[in-house]
Amino acid sequence: MLVTLRHPTREVRMAGPMSVVKLLSTLELHRETVLVIRNRELVPGDAMLADADEIEIRPVISGGSR
Amino acid sequence: MKCTVCREPAVIDVRRHNANFCAEHFTRLCRDQVERAIKDFDMCQPEDRLLVAVSGGKDSLAIWDILLDLGYQADGLYIGLGIGDYSDTSGDYARAFAERRGALLHEVDVPESYGFDIPSGSKAARRAPCSACGMTKRHEFDRVALEHGYDVLVTGHNLDDEAAVLYGNVIRWATEYLGRQAPVLPAGNGFPRKIKPLVRLSEREMAAYCVISGIDYIVDECPMAAGNKHLGYKDLLNQLEAQSPGAKAAFYFGFLDRAAPAFSSDEVTGRGELSACERCGSPTTAGTCAFCRLTDRATQSVELRSRSDRTKATP
Repeated sequence: MLVTLRHPTREVRMAGPMSVVKLLSTLELHRETVLVIRNRELVPGDAMLADADEIEIRPVISGGSR
Repeated sequence: MKCTVCREPAVIDVRRHNANFCAEHFTRLCRDQVERAIKDFDMCQPEDRLLVAVSGGKDSLAIWDILLDLGYQADGLYIGLGIGDYSDTSGDYARAFAERRGALLHEVDVPESYGFDIPSGSKAARRAPCSACGMTKRHEFDRVALEHGYDVLVTGHNLDDEAAVLYGNVIRWATEYLGRQAPVLPAGNGFPRKIKPLVRLSEREMAAYCVISGIDYIVDECPMAAGNKHLGYKDLLNQLEAQSPGAKAAFYFGFLDRAAPAFSSDEVTGRGELSACERCGSPTTAGTCAFCRLTDRATQSVELRSRSDRTKATP
């Protein structure tokens, strides 16, 4: 599957099928700090991702001035 | 994974609530949490005119969306800070949202109005960019809210923001800031009433709300914010949250319940000793407020640079 990551924006290829939890742990990402999106829809932690899927892993942490 | 409410397929798990939600019930959860924050902290009344400080990011667009859905008269305010493409893009998201919802968006362009941008202004004033940016935004939020007669200024600070600021203030025992850290700051002394209706919702929940609701927002981080302390504190708290879901909420709401009153007097916060800035009329502890001093230093630097450029260009 093609996985798009941000900050900086980059793409990596991962072999499917794979669960969301497994994908995030492989990429060493905390679940609390990202959303996993497939076709503009959120994907929960236990969902299986197929080899043909295009996935965006979107960071949710922001923080500049207050 | 099933929705805890209706048993339909879930789209998100929220570990601190030990619950999963489908899109419909997650959206309802977000609205309920905002309504509860407004009620619990007596933030505003249904007839109030609200001004939402909008950055083009997930939090400010989400709270604007929720307040409109809840029936509030909520207009937006976008401040252009001159941070290159980042400002251009974030402004586009704010305008697109306002157009989609048919809502009024006020705009202030700092370079146009004051003659400096945040990258050059912070450098000239020898301030961290986030500090100069925050000061500029607060000054303009207050000014526009008061000039246009809004009852309340709304900001999109969420639970993660508030917990991270609290953490930073506690490790330095910054008592004057601890005293001002509240979900509601009353009007007075030249300040508008300020409220933070997202304090019961996390950063991840706000991003999820935007994705589910089809709200496009700027995902890229501000280029000036990389490596700042606030992000470092959030990282530490997220590690704690991973070990102990609910830790951030317990830390922040525990502070509000049990510790905040000890720091809230005018003597501690310094709010009682303010006078009007001799230049712009904003509240300040000095004769000239910090924003006017920043503007002076930033614009002097721009003038000196353009004089130097002209000198170099002379054959």
